[in-house]
Amino acid sequence: MSEDAANIATVADSPKPEPQPAVATDMPLLRIDTVAKKFGAFRAVDKLSLDVRAGEFFALLGPSGCGKTTLLRMLAGFETPDEGRILLDGKDIAQVLPHERPVNMMFQNYALFPHLNVRDNIAFGLKRAGMPRSDIKTRVAEMVALVKLDGLEKRKPDQLSGGQKQRVALARSLARRPQVLLLDEPLAALDKKLRESTQLELMELQRRLGMTFIIVTHDQEEAMTMASRIGVMDAGRLQQVATPRELYEAPASRWIAEFVGEVNLFDGQVEPHESNRLTVATRDAGTIFTAEPRHPVAKATVCVAIRPEKIKLSRRGPASDAVNAHAINRLEGVVSDVSYLGGFTTYKVKLDSGAMLRSSMANTARLDVDAYSAGQRVTAWFTPDDCVVLEQ
Amino acid sequence: MARASNRLSRFNVTSLALGLAFLYLPIVILVIYSFNASRLVTVWGGWSLKWYSEFFNDGAMLDAASMSFRVAVTSATLATLLGTLAAVALSRGERFKGRTLFSGMLYAPLVMPEVITGLSLLLLFVAVNAERGFWTVTIAHTTLTMCFVAVVVQSRLGALDRSLEEAAMDLGCDPARAFLSVTLPLILPSIAAGWMLAFTLSLDDLVIASFTTGPGSATLPIRIYSEVRLGVKPEINAICTLIIALIAAVIVVASFASKLSREQGESAAPL
Repeated sequence: MSEDAANIATVADSPKPEPQPAVATDMPLLRIDTVAKKFGAFRAVDKLSLDVRAGEFFALLGPSGCGKTTLLRMLAGFETPDEGRILLDGKDIAQVLPHERPVNMMFQNYALFPHLNVRDNIAFGLKRAGMPRSDIKTRVAEMVALVKLDGLEKRKPDQLSGGQKQRVALARSLARRPQVLLLDEPLAALDKKLRESTQLELMELQRRLGMTFIIVTHDQEEAMTMASRIGVMDAGRLQQVATPRELYEAPASRWIAEFVGEVNLFDGQVEPHESNRLTVATRDAGTIFTAEPRHPVAKATVCVAIRPEKIKLSRRGPASDAVNAHAINRLEGVVSDVSYLGGFTTYKVKLDSGAMLRSSMANTARLDVDAYSAGQRVTAWFTPDDCVVLEQ
Repeated sequence: MARASNRLSRFNVTSLALGLAFLYLPIVILVIYSFNASRLVTVWGGWSLKWYSEFFNDGAMLDAASMSFRVAVTSATLATLLGTLAAVALSRGERFKGRTLFSGMLYAPLVMPEVITGLSLLLLFVAVNAERGFWTVTIAHTTLTMCFVAVVVQSRLGALDRSLEEAAMDLGCDPARAFLSVTLPLILPSIAAGWMLAFTLSLDDLVIASFTTGPGSATLPIRIYSEVRLGVKPEINAICTLIIALIAAVIVVASFASKLSREQGESAAPL
């Protein structure tokens, strides 16, 4: 299963024949090779393989209990894999103790040493590394400036705000210039506004340092915003590894489609092929025209996934687009619920078949001349390219 | 409403006063009578410090006091060392079979009647033919008080965030180094509190000491007890007052130490 996911990922990553630097240097910075970890009878991580390239901002995304934190802790050395190898720069570090790994971790609760001030917290790892005093001083000053903590060097952790603590933890874990920085839910304790600005700062920092970041998060928006690639985990396995865009627009499975963002799903049977179109007969939405899926559909029973923002509503149907009219999917129904969310509005439409359809439309005009209200009859339409065909 | 409920009601004040009186009235009377000029314990003969000077000229009493003090310091130090090690092993070591049993066994001496502890130690010392005196009392007190130290230190370790040690290891410390540079400074206040607890327990123990000591090496409580059997001299009141002062001082310091330890723990706790 995880190999499958990895294959999909490699296919998904390069739909266009783009030259990838990782292919040229044949060996990724970090290779996780069929790693497994059990706690009693519970398989926390189940024969998982993953490559992370140098300079990547990689996110491990998944619901709680999916094994993402266990995987991160195995990278840091706090857990030892039962099976498999973890190759960092070609060397197997699976059994290497935490203090001997060129990897540092930023802890979820920051784990700042309460008895040391900001400067000593940041200098802690440098002292252990046996760095000369004057160099430590320079490096700490550099780190303090990097995370904008100037003037707070003598404060103890309990005299800092949440955001400041987060910065100290970041500076402390970056100070040793690790080959890979592991971040365990680094922004979970911050409020929304601060979290958003910190996300951007982290990305900027990662770009500037050119360091490899691996972040664990359960917040898909956070993963989407920051990561260049995302590995979605469930039940100890990687379900898909892809860029944020691929993950959203071409989910590998029904589970991923439902886990990442909102989605409308219609189960149905594949009908005999017609040129480059696939038609699926669904119970709830009639016949849906879809684009040819990237992978040949093996089974007749499939699931059609359409993101809400791909579904447009209109009072009379998409009359203007007459050229492709034969291929456009139209569904009739009644608006049952309207949620105005500022930038966009989501509508719930009760289809004539009785199924519910979710549509979201950007509020591009300030005056709501085009808005629909509950009880109104509408035509929902979407193109074949808006559909993703998933096997069950 | 809110203000009224925050303030003590008349009932609360009364019950507090009664409770405190119940606890401290005998001690207050003892302290007052230690300044009594009269030879008779129950008759007030005016203020005087003469019983204090009597004590400081009483060689046997001073010997016993010095014995008690040396036993308390030595046994408290040994108990702190052993108790801390036990606490660390039980809360930080790998999960081993029977850990819960060991943990429970650590608490058992806390509730064991002192007579049993004392008697069993006496049997042991007789069996190994140990000469009873300073060291036998010290060992006996160490076995009693190390459990208290272990409990105090273990509860602090339990409240301490494990990720602090992991962070230290992540930043280049081997496990031993991580313990010394991060854990130890953070549990130091509770170790100090444990030492003081052990010190006071040893200082006022009569039962175990009387089982395990030998001729010529009586501790202060034993000495006082044997004096009292011949009739209470006002000098005893003076000695007791001094002991109360010493123990009160130690308890005040210990509670400050544990308060400090708690406050550090709070700042170390996850948000």
